[in-house]
Amino acid sequence: MSLLDIRNLSLSITGTLILQDVSLTLEAGEVVAVTGESGSGKSMTALAVMQLLPSGAEATGRITLDGHDLLMLDEATLCTLRGDLVGMVFQEPMTALNPVQTIGAQVSETVRLHRPDLDSLKRARDVLDRVGLQAIPLTRYPHELSGGQRQRVVIAIAIACGPKLLIADEPTTALDVTTQAQILDLLKQLAAEDGMGLLMITHDLAVVAEIADRITVMRGGKVVEAGDTPALLAAPKHPYTQALLAASNHRVDLPDSNKDTPLLQVKNVVRDYTLPRTRLFAPAGTHRAVDHVSFDIRRGERVGLVGESGCGKSTLTRAILGLEPVQGGSITLDGTPVTDSSVRRKMQVVFQDPYGSFNPRHLVARLISEPFHLLDTPPKDRDARIAAALNDVGLSPEDAQKYPHQFSGGQRQRLAIARALIIRPELVIFDEAVSALDVSVRAQILDLIADLCRQYDLTYLFISHDLSVVRTITDRVMVMQRGRIVEQGETEAVFGAAQHPYTRQLIDAAPTLPEAIT
Amino acid sequence: MLRYTFKRLLSLIVSLAIASLVIFAVIEVAPGDPASFMLGINAAEDTLAALRAELGLDQPKWQRYLAWVGGMMQGDFGTSYQYRTPVSEMIADRLWVSLPLALYALTLSTLIAFPAGIYAASRRGKAGDVSVMGATQIGVAIPNFWFAMILVLIFAINLRWFSAGGFTGWDEGVWAAMKSLTLPAIALALPQAAILARVMRSALLDVLDEDFMRTARAKGLSRAQALRRHGLRNAMIPVLTILGLQFSFLLAGGIIIEQVFYLPGLGRLIFQSISARDLIVVESVTMLLVFAVITVNFLVDLAYAAVDPRLRART
Amino acid sequence: MNRTLIIGGILSALMLVAALASFVWTPFDHSAMNIPERLQTPNGTHWFGTDHFGRDLFSMIMVGARTSIAVACVAVGIGIGLGVPLGLWAAARQGGWVDEVIMRGNDLIFAFPSLVIAILITAIFGAGAINAIIAIGIFNIPVFARVTRGGALPLWAREFILAARVAGKGAARISVEHILPNIANLLIVQATIQFSLGILAEAALSYVGLGAQPPTPSWGRMLADAQTLVSIAPHMALVPGFAIILTVLGLNLLGDGLRDALDPKLRVTRV
Repeated sequence: MSLLDIRNLSLSITGTLILQDVSLTLEAGEVVAVTGESGSGKSMTALAVMQLLPSGAEATGRITLDGHDLLMLDEATLCTLRGDLVGMVFQEPMTALNPVQTIGAQVSETVRLHRPDLDSLKRARDVLDRVGLQAIPLTRYPHELSGGQRQRVVIAIAIACGPKLLIADEPTTALDVTTQAQILDLLKQLAAEDGMGLLMITHDLAVVAEIADRITVMRGGKVVEAGDTPALLAAPKHPYTQALLAASNHRVDLPDSNKDTPLLQVKNVVRDYTLPRTRLFAPAGTHRAVDHVSFDIRRGERVGLVGESGCGKSTLTRAILGLEPVQGGSITLDGTPVTDSSVRRKMQVVFQDPYGSFNPRHLVARLISEPFHLLDTPPKDRDARIAAALNDVGLSPEDAQKYPHQFSGGQRQRLAIARALIIRPELVIFDEAVSALDVSVRAQILDLIADLCRQYDLTYLFISHDLSVVRTITDRVMVMQRGRIVEQGETEAVFGAAQHPYTRQLIDAAPTLPEAIT
Repeated sequence: MLRYTFKRLLSLIVSLAIASLVIFAVIEVAPGDPASFMLGINAAEDTLAALRAELGLDQPKWQRYLAWVGGMMQGDFGTSYQYRTPVSEMIADRLWVSLPLALYALTLSTLIAFPAGIYAASRRGKAGDVSVMGATQIGVAIPNFWFAMILVLIFAINLRWFSAGGFTGWDEGVWAAMKSLTLPAIALALPQAAILARVMRSALLDVLDEDFMRTARAKGLSRAQALRRHGLRNAMIPVLTILGLQFSFLLAGGIIIEQVFYLPGLGRLIFQSISARDLIVVESVTMLLVFAVITVNFLVDLAYAAVDPRLRART
Repeated sequence: MNRTLIIGGILSALMLVAALASFVWTPFDHSAMNIPERLQTPNGTHWFGTDHFGRDLFSMIMVGARTSIAVACVAVGIGIGLGVPLGLWAAARQGGWVDEVIMRGNDLIFAFPSLVIAILITAIFGAGAINAIIAIGIFNIPVFARVTRGGALPLWAREFILAARVAGKGAARISVEHILPNIANLLIVQATIQFSLGILAEAALSYVGLGAQPPTPSWGRMLADAQTLVSIAPHMALVPGFAIILTVLGLNLLGDGLRDALDPKLRVTRV
């Protein structure tokens, strides 16, 4: 009998069907991944096993965990199982811990609850040591730890009582790629050492390929396909799985371009932030977010900028856009400083969040024509240009009379691109422009960018933390670490034979799908 | 923690300094000359001048401001124009009515509001929640001085459980004094309790949506345990803010309630002094109330830090 | 439509109608004394009874609604007119000295017990509706400044504001064009709450004789008149009391209903 056996699980929340006939099994010591895009129901499956569903949820079917029929148990019994027989790790380590309690108190609480006979603090220490936090005292508060360390604490809470099943819901999605690799290793190691079952929920097929013995692919609340990882990745049967794999490994066809004159010149740029004073009368310290950065972007060039969170890439982006003052060096476009208002019309930007980048109260026509504000005289053929811009990004001119909430995430990103291109800027900045999108939508947007390159000879700076995306969409790439650009060169050359140890570390840490497929 | 306290203390001093300046300025621009008010309109000019000199009114404004502030720091609040007695003595007597009243009301308000708010939050959306929230909705709408009149009508006039007004004084024994403050305290406390219960409930509901509450549930804590062990302390931050504001409101609200119950507190003192144009008393009582409010806010800031370790570390 | 919104709307509308109707019609002249008919309990002729001068309470309530609305309205207007621009300005200069000065100034006003200062202002500059309005209005400024700033700050971090900045728009223009429409809901809800607080404050000031002066009728003064007679004519206290409670309740329900209807996640300051 399997450790976890989900049979024909259907779930509706206040009448809306969320899961339909989901079945999956997991053996002790096995890692099973549930994957799919947003709305596939993968997280709800995990919460159903925990029986921590939102109110108004009704489940039918059967979930058996180590002989317990979970859907039949009362809340009090479930409380004795949660944390003891099954532990859970969540996506967002920054908010998953109680900010006003020490980590020691939070880890030991699980022990006190289920193993009152044990010395809970000693156990907490042992568990924290196991997850790699030997150097962190029990008396620390969550805000004193980094994201990766907090995720280790969350894992420690989940495994403190030695559960037979560990559920991890997107445990590395909020983390940087090098931290992600460490956390994945830790989870794999813990599962192997304890013979624990690991149910891993993730949207990232590369992560799945790295960690899972078996995969269940979900879409729209249903299981689409399930099987052993190597077999399923090598020969997916269902068209959706095939499409998902293709999209995950998507390579765009970037046209060649003439890269002649320099367009953007960044010279020795320094950006310091003043830190809060640590002593009342001591001079305030500074944090150097951007440290003597220099590079050129030539006309027609497509440049990538990669780095982990906090490396200074966002600050640099804002400085290039003229939104942030710099303390040293210069940024010029066609020889004019970017802080000059005449330069603004030559530069536009596409942001990450397809939901946050539009004023929800304005019509699309007004939203995407906002950059016309930069022109001395508003164009007479405004409506025609709006229609043309919408056509360019694969939307229809009628969409101009809609509100942003009537579009999906991918369509909004198309709108953002339309807005950026409507005044034909000389330089476009894509700031994590595809990071918030599902893989299939991401592939479409990348294709769109390549198409637009063909049509308009775009010059752009593409900022991303995702190496595989940057690899396909740029000619040249720069790697940023702690405010400095540590390596730059032709994209293929850098990815093929990285010179700087940090670049190699990034490339090694990034999970990849086996090359053979698609 | 020390630095945090020091910083708060600094801001407390700055606030007090600015507040004293504002109060002084408002009193300065008040129309009318205290001396002629005290002596009547027919007073001779040299008598007026003599009185002004006696009261120190002939000195430059900044000197009088400094003398006033300096005096207050040593517990000297000046001399009443009307009664020619030290203001500090007048205030001290009245304070023994107003302060116990405010604290009594604050205690009542907290004792009612906390359980009500926690109960409503734990029964979110159910009948218990709806009825508690309905009651608070009405409680918030009731003017406390009207409520005081109704309490008098029912408990003093009809049932004769309490006296309709007046204060026995602490000499008659704590019990008798507390009894004469009971109706005023209830009148003050109930509308405030309604507000506090609403804040308590919504703060708890906000916390219930936090990710760490899910972590707590995943550990095996029951809903009630998670609320008690992880929810309450996090919900205390907005609740503390309101508690601090309520204290100042209760001190001030007492001024009106004292009118209803004929209590010899700071409120009556301020009204009598205003009608007698005894501005030095008005000035000092106002400053005292502001001082109380700013000090309570300071204590609330310290309480934040006790509750939230992030504040202890930052700034 | 939710029930809170409907009940709140009806109660608030009722008071507005009573106030407006009083300009053209009241059952009796609200100031006409009629000693023989004094202290009547509610009856067919005098629906809410009469006071110790034989004045018709129903008429007085209608005309009193006018005073309450006028005072609360202007006081909220002062709060919005000064507080919202200050809040927008502070948010646009987040962390700068302008922000610091505005927010410290706010804290300072909050440090004053509002009723005490209102009493001080009306006492020193003379009792009357105008001074009551100013006294109540001053304390609305920091409330709206804080709510505006609180609503505007997260918006400034949103990408559509960055996009507008990239499109070359200045802070003032962005505040009016992008920020203000997106916090309008928040302000509307806060305004109904401040309106109800204004009515309570006006009643309190009138009760202690510092609000609207005779012959302007006001609910607070009606309560002051009732106080000495409460044992023999309780209706004199009950009638204006219920008028205040129902109006404030109506406005609060309206605010809550609007909040739920406009945006379930809206946060307002309620003190």
